[in-house]
Amino acid sequence: MNRTTLDLWVGIFVAAGFGALLFLALKVGNLAAFSTAQTYAVHAKFANIGGLKVRAPIKSAGVVVGRVTDVRFDNESFEAVVTMNLGAEYKFPRDTSAKILTSGLLGEQYVGLEAGGDPKNLNDGDTLRLTQSAVVLENLISQFLYNKAAEGGTDGKTPGKEGKQ
Amino acid sequence: MTLNDSSLVSIENVWFGYDPARPVLRDVSLEIPRGKVVGIMGQSGCGKTTLLRMIGAAMTPSQGLLRVLGADTRTLGRDGLYAMRRKLGMLFQFGALFTDMTVYDNVAFPLREHTDLPEALVRDLVLLKLEAVGLRGAAQLMPSELSGGMARRVALARAIALDPQLMLYDEPFTGLDPISFGVISRLVRSLNDALGATSIIVTHDVQETLGVVDYVYFMADGQVVSQGTPQSVDGSLEPFVDQFVHGKPDGPVPFHYPGSSFAADLALAAD
Amino acid sequence: MAGAALRGLFERLGAAVTARIWRLGFASRFLFYLVLHSGTALRRFSLTIREIYFAGVLSLVIILVSGLFVGMVLGLQGYHTLQRYGSSEALGVLVALSLVRELGPVVAGLLFASRAGSAITAEIGLMKATEQIAAMEMMAVDPIARVVAPRFWGGVISMPLLATLFSAMGIYGGYLVGVKLIGVDEGAFWSQMQAAVDVREDVLNGVIKSFVFGFAVSWIAVFEGYDAPPTAEGVSGATTRTVVTSSLAILALDFILTALMFTGGNGL
Repeated sequence: MNRTTLDLWVGIFVAAGFGALLFLALKVGNLAAFSTAQTYAVHAKFANIGGLKVRAPIKSAGVVVGRVTDVRFDNESFEAVVTMNLGAEYKFPRDTSAKILTSGLLGEQYVGLEAGGDPKNLNDGDTLRLTQSAVVLENLISQFLYNKAAEGGTDGKTPGKEGKQ
Repeated sequence: MTLNDSSLVSIENVWFGYDPARPVLRDVSLEIPRGKVVGIMGQSGCGKTTLLRMIGAAMTPSQGLLRVLGADTRTLGRDGLYAMRRKLGMLFQFGALFTDMTVYDNVAFPLREHTDLPEALVRDLVLLKLEAVGLRGAAQLMPSELSGGMARRVALARAIALDPQLMLYDEPFTGLDPISFGVISRLVRSLNDALGATSIIVTHDVQETLGVVDYVYFMADGQVVSQGTPQSVDGSLEPFVDQFVHGKPDGPVPFHYPGSSFAADLALAAD
Repeated sequence: MAGAALRGLFERLGAAVTARIWRLGFASRFLFYLVLHSGTALRRFSLTIREIYFAGVLSLVIILVSGLFVGMVLGLQGYHTLQRYGSSEALGVLVALSLVRELGPVVAGLLFASRAGSAITAEIGLMKATEQIAAMEMMAVDPIARVVAPRFWGGVISMPLLATLFSAMGIYGGYLVGVKLIGVDEGAFWSQMQAAVDVREDVLNGVIKSFVFGFAVSWIAVFEGYDAPPTAEGVSGATTRTVVTSSLAILALDFILTALMFTGGNGL
């Protein structure tokens, strides 16, 4: 094995390794999107963010327009403050509302923006005024049980005999 | 031999042991005069290889003084050690050639590592050294393709690549056929004289070595028990030398390993 | 007396632990010396390139083939499990994340340890046993700088490249099985994967892991080789120790790194 053949193979090896890394970064990961684009920051307060995480997508009409960059707890209003970076090319009116939704039934949570009708647009650092918190499953279940119990009470029947209708 | 300035190596009252309780070398004193070929002979395990390694400064004595090429080996720092070793050449028992390089690259190794000579000059020197040992035609072979004798000759060529002042031979004749034997022993002598160097041969091959050396030391049990010129040694009346040189099975070095008496072992003495 | 036997057991245990700690200290000093004297390995880079060839290029076949098979199995198993929850379109995510975060660095590391690590240990151990190391020292060439350091850095450089190739090959294997064989939607496969795999969190962390593994395996391999007793049994024991210790080290480090990297989350 002379020097030049060896060098050739090592060169191929290193090049292939870097190629694989590039493949992983571009084709497999999300390097292509939103890393160098211009963005502006917008805040929103929620009573409950559910399972929303940093780097979760911000979607409007189903299209990804930004990413969650920070989640903090406001100790005065006792609400969650979510900061998101929106792509500079997407302009939203000042009365846009934000909802925390779930993709699919058990999927991860994201922020959905619904544009309002205000002629003035959001600027960097503005706060969204209209928000709807995440749906928490436990609250849903307890609400359902409470409703069911209330129904059973007004019909004059005891909750234990609900099965016999 | 008296202590004088023309000694390349002087060993004075040296003690050494890997384990301090069991010294391998006990109060050893000897001189290696410049330009001579000196043999150090003895049984296996008498400490002669350890002594050779100490001359190469692989270890330092626990007591006593060991001077090589004028420097006390205990005071040598790393740089001093490497500077001293560049003036030494050592031939290991089985050659110790680098198995992943050709014969040529093996001999060129010290030249490439320690000098900035251009490749053309390195080539000339390598071929010269290989010619001296008679293996110029084998330059492109790999060490695995060489016989034991040839491997040792290549190792010799590598050891003399930088024209050392002191050559150390660790059991150079072990396991060689008679022809290779003769080749190597003649090379030791001729190279020593051609380079103007000094050589130390550690061996237990008596007859062949006595024909090559100028002076010989005998060691047993970590001590120097006898010394002299080959002529004086041959007719020596000293019991150890006599037993060693003439290959007698019993003498100062006993035939039987120490233990209880034979009769006791066979349970005869009990009755 | 049971008491004496028990005390004997404890003494032996203590001695074994002390011996191991002593050896670890010795190995650390060795590493320190090695890194300090790596100048030759970097200045005469052809030495290191040669070792990258023997450690990296010659491991390519086993790495690529194993990567392909692991990816294909992930595709199969992943599909059958996800399909039960109607989430078969998340197959790409499953395959990619499993490989990039865990299987790539870990499996490639284990394969590297058994193939290249054992070869390095055997090589250095044999050089020591046949007195080649001693001969080099006698020729005033530092064997650690000339023989050991290039092999160490060759391993450190090769390992991340091999892990990345393993992951890439695995994803391709998952794609072959999932999309081409089973029929998962190709667009969903790639798009969900791209949405879920983050370059900084997942890919980069996987690369960092493989660097750490490469460092650990190379260190263990060169140390065991250099410290091996110069006999046949000595070298064979050292080679086995390299594979076992490297494998355990990779798995332990993987746990520590995963805990540090992937559960940091929002800080709390």
